[in-house]
Amino acid sequence: MNEQKRELSIREMIQQNKQKKYSQTNVFDKVMPFLLFLSALVSVITTIGIAFTLGFELFKFFERVPVSEFLGKTEWYPMSADPRFGVWALVMGTLQITLIAMAVAIPFGLASAIYLSEYATERARRILKPILEVLAGVPTIVFGFFALSFVTPILKSLIPGLQIYNALSPGIVVGIMIIPMIASISEDAMSAVPRKIREGALGLGATRLEVAVKVVMPAALSGIIASIVLGMSRAIGETMIVTIAGGSQPNFEFNPLNAIQTMTAYIVQIAKGDAGYGTIEYYSIYAVGALLFVFTLLMNVFANWVTRRFREEY
Amino acid sequence: MALPNSEFKNDKNLIDRETVSKRIKMRLQMNEVFKYVFMAGLVFALVVLSTLIYDIVTKGAGWVDLDFLRNFPSRRAERAGLYPALIGTLWLMGLIIPIVFVLGVGAAIYLEEYAPKNRLTSFIEVNISNLAGVPSIVFGLLGLTLFVRAMALGNSVIAGALTLALMSLPIVIVAAQESLRSVKQELRHASLGLGASKWQTTFNVVLPSALPGIITGIILSVSRAIGETAPLIMVGAATFISTTPSGIFSDFTALPIQIYNWTGRPQAEFQNLAAAGIIVLMTVLIAMNSVAIYIRNKYSNRN
Repeated sequence: MNEQKRELSIREMIQQNKQKKYSQTNVFDKVMPFLLFLSALVSVITTIGIAFTLGFELFKFFERVPVSEFLGKTEWYPMSADPRFGVWALVMGTLQITLIAMAVAIPFGLASAIYLSEYATERARRILKPILEVLAGVPTIVFGFFALSFVTPILKSLIPGLQIYNALSPGIVVGIMIIPMIASISEDAMSAVPRKIREGALGLGATRLEVAVKVVMPAALSGIIASIVLGMSRAIGETMIVTIAGGSQPNFEFNPLNAIQTMTAYIVQIAKGDAGYGTIEYYSIYAVGALLFVFTLLMNVFANWVTRRFREEY
Repeated sequence: MALPNSEFKNDKNLIDRETVSKRIKMRLQMNEVFKYVFMAGLVFALVVLSTLIYDIVTKGAGWVDLDFLRNFPSRRAERAGLYPALIGTLWLMGLIIPIVFVLGVGAAIYLEEYAPKNRLTSFIEVNISNLAGVPSIVFGLLGLTLFVRAMALGNSVIAGALTLALMSLPIVIVAAQESLRSVKQELRHASLGLGASKWQTTFNVVLPSALPGIITGIILSVSRAIGETAPLIMVGAATFISTTPSGIFSDFTALPIQIYNWTGRPQAEFQNLAAAGIIVLMTVLIAMNSVAIYIRNKYSNRN
């Protein structure tokens, strides 16, 4: 009898606790998902914020400078008495940096990827890959310092006509910065190619080189292309290396030995100089920034698309 | 193979043993050569890394001492220090970490545990991965417009921290998502089966078990943000400053800004100061990364 009573009271207790707890958890279970959803929305709001701010100030810029001049002319003298805003001069600077960087990053990055994925032993790979990632973690200001104080003097002793500020040195260093990115994304794609395909080719008498070039690389092509496009987008958006070592002379000629100015370096130059709010220079950095944003966004979207569209499924 | 050679000598449609063995030899040689060519690609990257470190250490090591850490910037190189920059960077770190923790983990939990599989969710996912590729200077422009001007925060620590936090958020979210995904489904089922609610399961079971991975991801991406220069230039971090921040609305400077300032001066001593500043910055980053790797290794076998 006594026992029965106690059991009942325990049951009641549990019941009561359950109700109490449920009411408490109910609140959390209703409120938290919403709060979490809001924090997920922050990234969407950020994108909208970027598009809105760039678009808004771009509009003000185009009230003062015709679109045809911005996109159609090749002279960029924003500070002169008779200012010119032909953005192609800056785009040419960015283009030179990007081409030089890719000429460095693609061969070295892909070679590293092939070596790590096809030749290196598991142990070597475990040691080498993190070291390569250290290179990826070096801040760009450090690379900028390295370009100006180490690479430029060496290049100057090799090429007499080289100006102190030039496109070649920062281009090479931007390329070095991108090597780990191309290497690691390509290596991931190549490692994902199943072992049995490799062994099939080896069994038919192919050498490791032939397996790497004729079997693995074609199978991993979407990842490799994505890595290159992402690397290019990184090179276009790179700021500090080109600001420090590239100079500030926008010009529309393809000569890596001369001083240049990239789109990013121009934005830094104006922001640093405290261009008064409301001046044409102030709005011009948003116009250049918008163009930069569109370029990199298109490349990132393309890289994502390539990865998804052409992924080989095994 | 055992067939006599002479029978096939003049028949071009059949395999000529001599040609084959020549080709095999060449193919094997190519294989051997390219092994070293590929290796050279990797070695190049490693050589550059060590050259960079060597160059900076030889230029800057002699300048790093206690006075360098304690002094304010000065026009005279031998008295210059980076105390305000170091403190500014620590301020940024202290502000960025809680912001990205709350927003990044929140977003990751939503996407992994709660989000329905619909268009909005996949839009958010695509949006995050595209945001990760936006150049840091564009985030700087956003920070300049939104935080410095529209919210009137001025060139303050909080404006810089918010800008850098928005920049590192996509990477934090992806890292946290991966960490949450690696939590075994059985744990969730066990907790739900014992009568825990969805939120109780997420908060008390899934999150603790994913936490080491999340913390590692946050430290790594914040160490990235700390090394950024361009967004801070955009939000107007001062290059020359004689005070340390007294609150989140104070003016500030940071290590990369100070290094950039010294890099821009023509005198050789300031180049060495820049190298010394880089040593300090890299030490901070290496310390952060070591903590991250320690946490990852310590807890990596728990799941």
